[in-house]
Amino acid sequence: MTLMTRLRGWLDHNAAIPAIVVLLAVGALVVTLIGSPLILDVYTYFCISIVMVLSVQMFMGNSGILSWTHIGFIGIGAYASGILSVAPMVKEMGVPNMYPFLVSLQLSPIVAIGLGGVVAALVAAVIGYPLMRLSDAVGVITLFATLIVIHVVMTQWDNVTNGPRTFFGLMQFTTLWIALGAAVLAVGIAHWFRESSLGLRLRATRDNRYAAMASGVDMVRVRYGAFVFSALIAGLAGGLWAHYITSFSPKAFYMSEMFLLVSMLVIGGAGSITGAVSGTALVTLARELLRQAEALINNAHALPFEVYGLTELVMAVLMVVVLIWRPGGVVGGHEPRLRLARRGKEKV
Amino acid sequence: MINLEFIINTLSLGSLYALLSLGLVLVYGILKLVNFAYGEYIMAAGYAMYLSSTALNAPWWVTMLVAILGATLISYLSELAAFRQVRTRSAEALLVTSFAVSVFLQNVVLITVSPRARAVAFPPIFSEAITIGDATVPVRNLLVIGTTAIVLVALTFLMRKTVLGIAMRAAADKFTTTRLMGVPANLVISAAFVISGMLAGVASIFWVGRSASVDPLSGSAPLLIAFIATVIGGMHSTIGAVVGGFAYGLLFNLLSVLLPASMISYRDAFMFVLVVLFLLFRPEGIVKGGYTEERVG
Repeated sequence: MTLMTRLRGWLDHNAAIPAIVVLLAVGALVVTLIGSPLILDVYTYFCISIVMVLSVQMFMGNSGILSWTHIGFIGIGAYASGILSVAPMVKEMGVPNMYPFLVSLQLSPIVAIGLGGVVAALVAAVIGYPLMRLSDAVGVITLFATLIVIHVVMTQWDNVTNGPRTFFGLMQFTTLWIALGAAVLAVGIAHWFRESSLGLRLRATRDNRYAAMASGVDMVRVRYGAFVFSALIAGLAGGLWAHYITSFSPKAFYMSEMFLLVSMLVIGGAGSITGAVSGTALVTLARELLRQAEALINNAHALPFEVYGLTELVMAVLMVVVLIWRPGGVVGGHEPRLRLARRGKEKV
Repeated sequence: MINLEFIINTLSLGSLYALLSLGLVLVYGILKLVNFAYGEYIMAAGYAMYLSSTALNAPWWVTMLVAILGATLISYLSELAAFRQVRTRSAEALLVTSFAVSVFLQNVVLITVSPRARAVAFPPIFSEAITIGDATVPVRNLLVIGTTAIVLVALTFLMRKTVLGIAMRAAADKFTTTRLMGVPANLVISAAFVISGMLAGVASIFWVGRSASVDPLSGSAPLLIAFIATVIGGMHSTIGAVVGGFAYGLLFNLLSVLLPASMISYRDAFMFVLVVLFLLFRPEGIVKGGYTEERVG
């Protein structure tokens, strides 16, 4: 009985979370039933994107700091897991200059993905502390510069990453169901993180820095913890993505991809998990439609020139429109609640 | 190593960087917006030069004028269409908007012109070099130093002696109070964007002049330089921007000389690491402004 009431109470406030999980699973089922490879591909990518976006949401949504660095952690996770899982022979061929001790490593993909996340978290732990001391404009700029540092290292360290060239030979480990499982887990973790003591303190520093500090919240430490933890999730997402796409280059972890992640978050609403997930859904859908439109225009030669960049153009306009119309994103800063359940409780 | 050539090159690089960061700081001071679209004003000026010289066959001085006007116009329009609409929202919304504007402008050029680089015609004086004492320096480098000096004097006059300048400085200090004194907010902000665009245009002439070509991503490198230079120098004053520009130029040239050849491709990474380390000890930058709000730890 008490368990039931506690569950009811939890559902009152958190109905959005199981709803998201159910919707994601139903979506996956429908996609499998349709069976079209294109839709399957889009949906798998969508599930991986959810993990990526939620890793950014955990930090950005709760701390209010716009972080450009997370795509770099996704990249670190991708490279680390790739290096750990690719067969030595393939690595010798694909990355001719790789350090011998890295060439000899070979682990199963799932272990490699896990370790990729750990590596990303370690990098975040090393570089994070000075960054978290800064906020506002200086903080944004240094996080931005950090992404560029990560990018420079990725494109230049050809003993590890094969430089600006493609890194290939990964096993396609991530399937639709693994991606779905990861997305569901990420939703759960992001929710747990938001409601945890750390998440609560972090949100307090976002809403009122001085009040939080006056209440004994060590702002830098709280931010640091969130930064490292979200980097872990970002690294895991990177590993999942890498083992889906199987070959990639440092280009995949830079500005335009980060712009996409941020637009997913901003359009949906960075403050809530529902917002992040629905933003991801909206942007994924819009992007696919625009891509098709772009291909259609280019193939039909309807215009005298090739259309590149239409997708990003529309996304940029969409983002500004959302910011003007609903600055908190389409969903806003709070998880939507179940109205019916709340009314029922009031009667009791 | 430290000879006349090094000094002139450092001064010219520093001047260019100071121009770049000044435009960024002017807007930041008033709107507290780190304008990610600033690089695109520089890129737009480059395309204005390209278009006016190829399509209109304009002489070089007209193309330069068009460059400055183009950047100014784009800057003003972006304020009008995007930044003004979200000004009252959160700082984060403003920041994301500036990034969206940047992506928008990049892709407009990508679609309407070409993803490939375009050559921009410059007068021959830009590629000549002269010898002073035992140093051979490009004339371009001396032109940058001269132009920056003129711009700095003009800007100082504007900010110190005119009503608009005084209003802008007051707004950068206490925006609300300035409004209560009867200064229209939109006017001050628009003025900041217009001047910022003009500076971007002037800087663009020299920036694009170095490679004599422009592509849709030309704006990202100068934007980054402006970012880092303002962070080193201090974000809260125009003096900070200038100091930061020169400090960054010096750092860049020193690293180019000191780093071994095998490490030179990591120069940018080294630079940012140094900047982050510097910020650890002095988060407010070299020149301290009136605000200490930035510091939290």
